[in-house]
Parts: sequence; C-alpha cells; structure tokens
Amino acid sequence: MTYPEARGRIAEFAGAEVTADGPPLAVAVPAAAWADFARFAQTRLGCCFFSFCSAIDWKADGLEVVAWVANLDANVSLVFKARLGAGVTACPSLTPVYRGADWMERECFDMFGIRFDGHPDLRRILLSDDWDGHPLLKSYPVDAPHPPYR
Amino acid sequence: MAVKPPVPVVPAPVWKDFKDLQEWQALHQRRPERGDKQSSVYESITEGIHRFPGGFLVTTPADAFFNWARKSSVWPVTFGLACCAIEMMATFASRFDVERLGMVPWASPRHSDLMIVSGTVTIKMAPMLERIYDQMPDPKWALSMGSCANSGGPFRHGYHVVKGVDRVIPVDVYVPGCPPPPESLLNGLLLLQEQIGHFRRTGRRAPPAPKVD
Repeated sequence: MTYPEARGRIAEFAGAEVTADGPPLAVAVPAAAWADFARFAQTRLGCCFFSFCSAIDWKADGLEVVAWVANLDANVSLVFKARLGAGVTACPSLTPVYRGADWMERECFDMFGIRFDGHPDLRRILLSDDWDGHPLLKSYPVDAPHPPYR
Repeated sequence: MAVKPPVPVVPAPVWKDFKDLQEWQALHQRRPERGDKQSSVYESITEGIHRFPGGFLVTTPADAFFNWARKSSVWPVTFGLACCAIEMMATFASRFDVERLGMVPWASPRHSDLMIVSGTVTIKMAPMLERIYDQMPDPKWALSMGSCANSGGPFRHGYHVVKGVDRVIPVDVYVPGCPPPPESLLNGLLLLQEQIGHFRRTGRRAPPAPKVD
C-alpha cells in the first residue's frame, strides 16, 4: 500500500473526497458516512492504528470532527474529517471500529460537547463532572467564572 | 536608504489601569484570617503577661526566642505542580542546599510549616491543595513560586487555571519568575525567614501590606 494506491481505493468510496495529498492524506467525508469510512479505512486501507480524534469549531458553520488513522506497516497515514453542519452536535461513534477511539471521543465530548452515538461510556474525562459548558467551543467565554476559585 | 519609522511613545503604565491587579488587591484585603488558628486563652494569657508591670521583660525575649526557633527550622512541604518543581528540587539539592538554612524538604504536610506551591494550580487541583494546606499544623506559611502560582501566568486566561494560588490559600511570599531560578527561591525563603522573625506575640502575623506605586 502506497499513497497513490490509497488514493485509488478512496475513489471507490462514494462521497469521500481527497482534499490534500499525503503524507498525511486528507479526506473529507459526509457526516452520515463517518463510521462507514472508518470501517473502510480499517479493512480496505489497512489503517489499524487510531491516532487521535478531535474537532474544530467553525462558529456559524458548525463543528467539524477530525480523526487520524495510520497503516503502520506501509507507513501510510490518513486524516479524515466530516462537517456536522450548523447546530448539530451528534456524530456516529468510532469506538465499535477502533477501541482506541474510546477516550479520545470522551475528550472530544468534554471539550466540544459532541455526543458520539454508540459510544459505550460517554462522560467527561478531563474536567470535573459538574463543569458547565464545553471550553474549546468558540462560544465559551474567556475568564468564565468558576466559583469559588475564579 | 530606508528611514526607520519613529518608535511610538507608549505612556508608562499606571496602577489604576491594571484592573486585574486591583481585583487582586481587593481580594487580598477581603482575605479571611486563615492558617492562624490560635486559642483565645493563649492570646489573652500572653497579652496579660505583657501588660503586667515588668511583664514585657518575660514576653519580649520569649517572643524573640520562639521566632528564632521558628525561622531556623522551617520545614517546607513540597507541592510541585509543574516545571517550577524542577527548580525547587535544584534548590533542595546539594548545590544550593537549603538545609544550611534549617529547611528540610518533607513529604508530609503534617510535619511541615511551609508550603511551597510551585506550578500551575488548576481548578481541579485547587481542592486538593486546600486540603493539604488544612492538614498542616499552625502556625503555617505559604510561598507561591513562579508566575503561574502567583497570578496564573501565561495560562491566566485559560479555562481551567486558578488565577493565582492566593485565591485558594493565603500566601506570605511571592517569588516571581518563569520559572524562578534557585537564587530567586532562596531569596524568597530568606524573606520568609525575615517575616517569621516578626511574628507577633499573640500568635498572629502582621496583615499583608503590598508595596504599590
């Protein structure tokens, strides 16, 4: 598996669009095909290693989820991202596909408030359970009060 | 030949323009007396002896002796939270050697007189810090080491950082720096010893008087 081969196989997947050439290969997928594309990357591209999952807040355009997976044998890495759309905070979970996505999705939920459908144990991982809001959203106020300490 | 544009003249900062610092000062003045749990019986007895004719001949040397004893054996509990802890460890090690000042870095709050808070205090860590401070026997002191513990430092506007450890516990000495070198920390410890030397007869310390321009 090389980068041109990976590009050729990604062309088979309906809806996936290569946005930047590798390394890492960047792929934009529709939000509905998020988990299907992960399954495709794992089986067809051999990307068995889940590196991380995060999100970007594009303000009025809504959230974008990003995941980085890699085929460690062939040294091919792949970034795939999906726009959830304005106001949408639900996204299919990758935990059934990659076990390593478990804590990453919990962190993503903690920081951005994205609810991953199908996640076995979706609760806050870094911040305390009684925290208000999701701090990496652009709408989160700087210097938000947190009594009694600030 | 290109002519350099003139450097704009920036007016010198004025104390009243620093909203953050005013907030800090207000907080300091509101600060409840804490870390000075003294029995009122002890206080009234020492005060009574002092006011008795000739009583000051007893209380003044006793006071000086106790203060000398206190400041010569300050045992710091190490609360290393970040990179400042590395400088603190260097201060405790043989090159800078705080043991010559009578300080023994101790890993238990129950035997300690001083807490050196070195590093960023997060909102999640603050209750634990408070709890460890409460476990120390009175009289106790706290030293805030580094920009993060003083004011939040570069992470001041982060969502998870307490803007200065003085919002959690009362602090006696602030050591600036990011991180402060061992010389700075030693200077802070010597200043603290000087403060302890002026500890009051009644077991209460002088109210904080920050020097401002």
